[in-house]
Amino acid sequence: MTTGTLKVFAQGERELVITREFDAPRHLVFEAFTRPEHLRRWLGGLPGWEMVVCDMDVRVGGKYRWMWKSLEDGLSMGMSGEYREVSPPDRLVSTEKFDESWYPGTAVGTIVLTERGGRTTLTQTMLYDSREARDAVMASPMEEGVGVSYDRLEEVLRDLAG
Amino acid sequence: MNAARHLDATFAALADPTRRAILARLASGEASVNELAKPFAMSQPAISKHLKVLERAGLITRGRDAQRRPCRIEARPLAEANDWLEGYRQFWEGQFQRLDALLDELKARETKSGRTKKGTRR
Repeated sequence: MTTGTLKVFAQGERELVITREFDAPRHLVFEAFTRPEHLRRWLGGLPGWEMVVCDMDVRVGGKYRWMWKSLEDGLSMGMSGEYREVSPPDRLVSTEKFDESWYPGTAVGTIVLTERGGRTTLTQTMLYDSREARDAVMASPMEEGVGVSYDRLEEVLRDLAG
Repeated sequence: MNAARHLDATFAALADPTRRAILARLASGEASVNELAKPFAMSQPAISKHLKVLERAGLITRGRDAQRRPCRIEARPLAEANDWLEGYRQFWEGQFQRLDALLDELKARETKSGRTKKGTRR
């Protein structure tokens, strides 16, 4: 599934992968993910939500805590985790757990940045504790690889429309 | 079934290529188990098993006719599944578009400070 350059797909049994290209060198993308003053400006959550807590101690073993609040009804959503690898400018590994998680266990997120001609490709891989957890997040039927099932789903839906 | 469970069932049912093919076939009109089994190198009981999964997920319904029990596709769960995936994708695209804007700003800032440095060297 692609809009612009964003792709979301399931990999193996327990992984979910997001890739996206950015028109900037990777050290800047790395900064955008690791400096709270940058992160809180773009990781705003859903429309109508605002990031109200963005504490992060970006070093191996350091913790982070993020929280968003709905401007409309005051509901909040929080998550936290720990940094496991911090290797600028191309690799960042951290754990994540939502306060009110809809999937079991803790996920491990790995961000890899590759640069080419001043553009950066982000590959964000989330590794879940189990296939059930991964599927609960992605609800992904894509066992055959990149976006296949979504394409199939689209096919089916197209057929339905036709 | 609550919404999340319902979605789980939909996606689990869609995880199998045979079941997706069955749905694609049913999209062009109802069919009996026999008719569905034909294009697949599969026994009727094997196809029936797949149909049960699809039926449980609410993706198909089966007619009352005891002999034929024709299968019919149900569009709503598919539409819901599609909405979910689309929502997920849109969520991240929304975040990343803001990141695009921020990166433009950081790039501009860097270029500016780069020029200043070169300027001071002269």
